[in-house]
Amino acid sequence: MNALSPSRRVFGRGALAGLSVTLLARMSAAAVPANRKFVVIICRGGMDGLSVAPPVGDSDYHDLRGGLALGDDALKLDGTFALNPALTSVHALAQAGEARIAPAVATPDRARSHFEAQDVLETGAAGVYATTSGWLNRTVKAMSAAGKVEAISVGPTAPLILRGPAPAGSWSPGRSVDAEARLPTLLQDLYKDDALLGPALARGLQTETMARATGADATAGGMAGLRPAAAQGRDVARAMGLSLADFLKAPGGPQLAAVSLDGFDTHANQAGLLGQRLTNLDALVDGLHTGLGPAWKNTVVLAVTEFGRTARANGTGGTDHGTASTALILGGGLKSGGIVGDWPTLRRQALFEDRDVYPALDMRGLSKGLLIDHMGVDRRALDTLVFPDSGAVKPLLGVV
Amino acid sequence: MVASQRELDGAIAVTRFGLGAKAGEIAAASKDPRGSLRAQIRREGADTFATGGETSTQRLAEFRDYRRQREMAKRDGEGKGGEGKGRDGQAKAGETADAADPVKMAQQFIRQNAAGDVMARTQLATTTDAGFRERWALFWANHFTVSASKVQVATLVGPFENEAIRPNVFGRFADLVGAAETHPAMLLYLDQAQSVGPNSRAAEYLKRGDGRRGAAFGGPGVADPQPRRTPGLNENLAREIMELHTVGIDGGYSQADVTEFARALTGLSISGPRDPVQDQVVFRDTTHEPGARTVMGVRYAPGDKSQANAILTDLAGKPATAKFVCTKIARHFVADDPPPGLVARLQKTWMASGGDLGRVAETLIDAPEAWSPQPVKFKTPYEFVVSSYRAVGETPRGPGQVNQALNALGQRPFSAPSPKGWPDEAGPWAASDAIVKRMQFAQALAATVGPNVQDPMQLADATLGARLSPAAALAIGRAESRGEAVALLLMTPEFQRR
Repeated sequence: MNALSPSRRVFGRGALAGLSVTLLARMSAAAVPANRKFVVIICRGGMDGLSVAPPVGDSDYHDLRGGLALGDDALKLDGTFALNPALTSVHALAQAGEARIAPAVATPDRARSHFEAQDVLETGAAGVYATTSGWLNRTVKAMSAAGKVEAISVGPTAPLILRGPAPAGSWSPGRSVDAEARLPTLLQDLYKDDALLGPALARGLQTETMARATGADATAGGMAGLRPAAAQGRDVARAMGLSLADFLKAPGGPQLAAVSLDGFDTHANQAGLLGQRLTNLDALVDGLHTGLGPAWKNTVVLAVTEFGRTARANGTGGTDHGTASTALILGGGLKSGGIVGDWPTLRRQALFEDRDVYPALDMRGLSKGLLIDHMGVDRRALDTLVFPDSGAVKPLLGVV
Repeated sequence: MVASQRELDGAIAVTRFGLGAKAGEIAAASKDPRGSLRAQIRREGADTFATGGETSTQRLAEFRDYRRQREMAKRDGEGKGGEGKGRDGQAKAGETADAADPVKMAQQFIRQNAAGDVMARTQLATTTDAGFRERWALFWANHFTVSASKVQVATLVGPFENEAIRPNVFGRFADLVGAAETHPAMLLYLDQAQSVGPNSRAAEYLKRGDGRRGAAFGGPGVADPQPRRTPGLNENLAREIMELHTVGIDGGYSQADVTEFARALTGLSISGPRDPVQDQVVFRDTTHEPGARTVMGVRYAPGDKSQANAILTDLAGKPATAKFVCTKIARHFVADDPPPGLVARLQKTWMASGGDLGRVAETLIDAPEAWSPQPVKFKTPYEFVVSSYRAVGETPRGPGQVNQALNALGQRPFSAPSPKGWPDEAGPWAASDAIVKRMQFAQALAATVGPNVQDPMQLADATLGARLSPAAALAIGRAESRGEAVALLLMTPEFQRR
């Protein structure tokens, strides 16, 4: 973490401390069927929105992007937008009305720092380092009044978005636990007063059991231990999607999930590097879609990044840190419609600080709208508990 | 109870400041816990590890050979599979090279080099008698992260640590910054090698239209994949130096400062075929952005590499840098939420000594906060694996063993996910899945070494000393086999922390 600014911390803590979490949780009473699923994919490094969904019909696009501009090979969406050629599965879903783009979305953070921006993206706070738990973790809390809610992250480390007081599991492919060994039981006893290790081990063992029961283990196949989540290739990403789908559709399986993809920081030689990363993203989506089968219609997937990149290509065949980027919204139950949010265009006067895509949509508004429409989370809980101090940020309703 | 306090401090010296106890280490350190740490500070820096005798220059040359062979193979129409792998940035485990395929041979060569470096570093960590010195070096290597997540950097991480970091970790911070930021590994990892001043002679020459791509400024032997691009600035290194290596995000700089600094850094690159010697750090006047620069309110006169050096030196000396880096030191050694009093004392030493890192280390050793009895820092996977091997008196048998263990635990060697380096707090590492994976590592290691452990209780004492809790001792004492006892020891709450 970076150095903490004391004033920011005090402000954030005060804002949360003034509220009773239980009270807030109770406010979100609307019961939602347990088969509703919500998955957040975090694309780390600052994903270039203008390459995810290039506005090929925007008259300034080609001049700004030069050699990075995509042309005839881009997968057409409408008169303005297309998708990157690597996103074939996403494009097929879009054709079926099951994928939409939000082309100018941003968190409230404007510092162009990966780490500050990821913090704001994952905590859901109005400012940086305001709180230490993630908004998806607090969503568990907000939903739990209406019944038991499970959440899971896929990968060997715990992403901030799902860290916090509410219990959340994590899973990555590996050897299965030796069911005969006494060690797990002995350790649970040894950890009974350990607030960190006790709950973590218990939950980890539970998830292991579930992985065996659902076949997520088998789906992950022979990759056991060979590759971490950070080392994604297309096959690993697809297997990750399939395994996550196994968990989601299991009886009593998680309703909320988070998964991270790395490597989107493309300062140089962007075309080739980003193509690979987007291929992985596409494979992950394809794995989820295929694995979920009929459950896809009850699932919403939100793919986001901490910030977009400069509208102009830089001097090294890449782009530098920017502001707004493109989010992908996918799922079998999306309402039809064009882009989500406004498109500020790439006219010079419309650029943010004469440099970046203008932030036309607050990421929190997008997430709130999906959580209300799809997961039935109460607006007040979203304004205060899940996204602190965000009452002024209107939920974007009607996407699903 | 002077003796027992000394024993506790001895255990803390070896397990918190150091990398975990080997047999006999706690007893030795207990004679003079603080002195045993001070004795590890030395002007010449930390120990280096073997990289097959190869420097970064040699590694760069090897990578160039690989690129050339790949290009040739592609031209011959045989390189289809090879290309994806090379750009992928990931070593593919378990592949064997086809002797007839030079591209595959070269790829394998690169992988073996990187894996050999990882192995050598792990062996140093598992065997060294100077655990504090090694931890201090690892802290700085992580502070100045370069990562194998970029394939070209994979074989440079080891040489980078040896050449830029380890010799400077007890010297002046400004020297460490200078060495780290101008090392080829950093120039490639943060894209500096390709950055060109938009008004430099090289750029003007190309703008006139007849320039052949890249030829005017040599380039680091990288073929230009963007035929239509205009050469220009890349601000990645400038931003991360400010945000991550020196003043920190709250250090008072703006986007304009980042861009100005990036302009000053232009010219700094890696020598190519047109230079007298290839594969070394070079400063090219032809790609340097001409003119004076203003960074954080200070004007820097026009000049060559002295301009960027002056900015680097000024950044290194700022109070904001002392605060930012001392907070990280305190977080690494003492607590995720570091005590402000300790941070203030480290800062004071830092400023008074002109950023003398040896003196800062001494202040840390003298700090009462660093000797609190409770183990509160949750070990990273690397720390857990290394301390486990030290405890049982083994070293990993081969690179595969290290890689497999650390991959499963989420800390792929030399491959931090971003320039920020690996996290230093418990949160990201304490995922439920990760605890299960640690248990499985402990089981596997205990299964191989457990039967040779004569007395598990004695091993527990030697490993944790006065930090072994009664509950853990009881559980280990009741284990039904030596293997189970050793696995329990490695998984006790106090061994998982430091």
